[in-house]
Amino acid sequence: MRIGKQSYKFDNVYIKESATVTGPKEALGPLRDYFDYSFEHLHMNEKSWEKAELALLEKSIDLVMKKSNLNDEDIDLVISGDLINQSATTNYTMRNYSIPLIGIYGACSNAILGLLLASIIIDGKNANNILAGTSSHYGNSERQFRNPTEYGGPKPDSQTSTVSGAAMALVSNTGDIRITGGTLGMVIDVGASNPFDMGGAMAPACSKTLKCYFDDFNKKPSDFDLILTGDLSSIGKPILRELMREYKYDIDDNHNDAGLMIYNFDDETVFAGGSGCACIGLVSMGYIIDRMRKQKLKKVLLCGTGALLNPLIISQNETIPCICHIVALEVVE
Amino acid sequence: MNTHEKEHCLEVIKKHQIKTNYYNNLFMSFLGGGIIAVIGQSLIYLYSLIGLENDICNALMSSTLIIIASILTGFGLYDKIGQKYKAGAFIPITGFANCMTSSALEYKSEGLVKGIAANMFKLAGSVIVFGVLSAFFFGMVRYLVGLI
Repeated sequence: MRIGKQSYKFDNVYIKESATVTGPKEALGPLRDYFDYSFEHLHMNEKSWEKAELALLEKSIDLVMKKSNLNDEDIDLVISGDLINQSATTNYTMRNYSIPLIGIYGACSNAILGLLLASIIIDGKNANNILAGTSSHYGNSERQFRNPTEYGGPKPDSQTSTVSGAAMALVSNTGDIRITGGTLGMVIDVGASNPFDMGGAMAPACSKTLKCYFDDFNKKPSDFDLILTGDLSSIGKPILRELMREYKYDIDDNHNDAGLMIYNFDDETVFAGGSGCACIGLVSMGYIIDRMRKQKLKKVLLCGTGALLNPLIISQNETIPCICHIVALEVVE
Repeated sequence: MNTHEKEHCLEVIKKHQIKTNYYNNLFMSFLGGGIIAVIGQSLIYLYSLIGLENDICNALMSSTLIIIASILTGFGLYDKIGQKYKAGAFIPITGFANCMTSSALEYKSEGLVKGIAANMFKLAGSVIVFGVLSAFFFGMVRYLVGLI
């Protein structure tokens, strides 16, 4: 059911199962115990970065099917997206399955956008089991958005490090973690133009959607055990908190950013934090789901943030449009 | 979002930017560039010790540095050096070698022609264009000054 202009309330939508697959760097991070499978090498035994990402996504789909004892016939739809041009990872991976596909692009907000779309479809009783997921890979993002991986030009401290991994959730009409509602974001561009600081650029979009969620559902930040943002980095995190304080929604006590949780900050290649589709994907579908099943967290708000920049248009002196989508999770007592 | 709100957001974003430590960067660049220069000079002495002519020593020194930088790039070490020594590592000829080798490595997966050959100069191309252009202008200036 729609509430207001952008929010949706769901009665009977659940996350039934989830699977997470990571690269080697994530497997050394503080959340390593919560991931299902980690590849030892960034190449995943493949010949190119693109094929490596295909391996990540395929593994996550296979794992979630295996964990939930379902196969192609039982799954009504896959909603997935990635960062490569033409959503190549999603499209090339899905040729191996006989499941209808909706390919999405919301940059790093893919994981949450997928969950939200799946919830809307299931709530409308148009499907029973939907796989919603995403993938990203460090090498692919460097190649498409930045420089060759071995290029020696120094990176600014504000840059983030793309998480290599894939996360897949089985959204269903039965399960133990309920998706209570969510808010679809609008594209917000305040005029930030530094592609090496996407956390800062995304923070205003995140604050807008968060405010909209709290307003529409008549809730306050303290109603949640955790408000998890996607990849705002160490720069975007204080910006979001400051903007939220101005909206009179103080999130300082229960806010954290997935990009600041996934890596060890002793690693000097992390810079301002983790980013990419898989960042909030891995943290939410691995760590958060586990904490919720163990009743350590009961109500969680997931805010997927995406910087919708195009490298060509940015070179034409344009700014960075950003978006943020939100879903609310709750443990079924 | 109205213009006022946008401007306010930009101010907040600006306030929280990480400050670049320019003094540290300057020092590290000076150190890195200096070390590479010392290695280059030592190579020239070494080559002249075996009795080679000056011009040949210089050319050999450049080639040696290029080979070393390319090999370090291949082993995934030059980007770490670049991160530490900043402009000190990417302005010298070693940086140029890294530029080309890293592009070649990156596009290896698309094959020899469409990949390596087509993309090797992707980053280095602008250096060559402006190098040739500035050489032409300075050459002209030199020629014109010579006429007077």
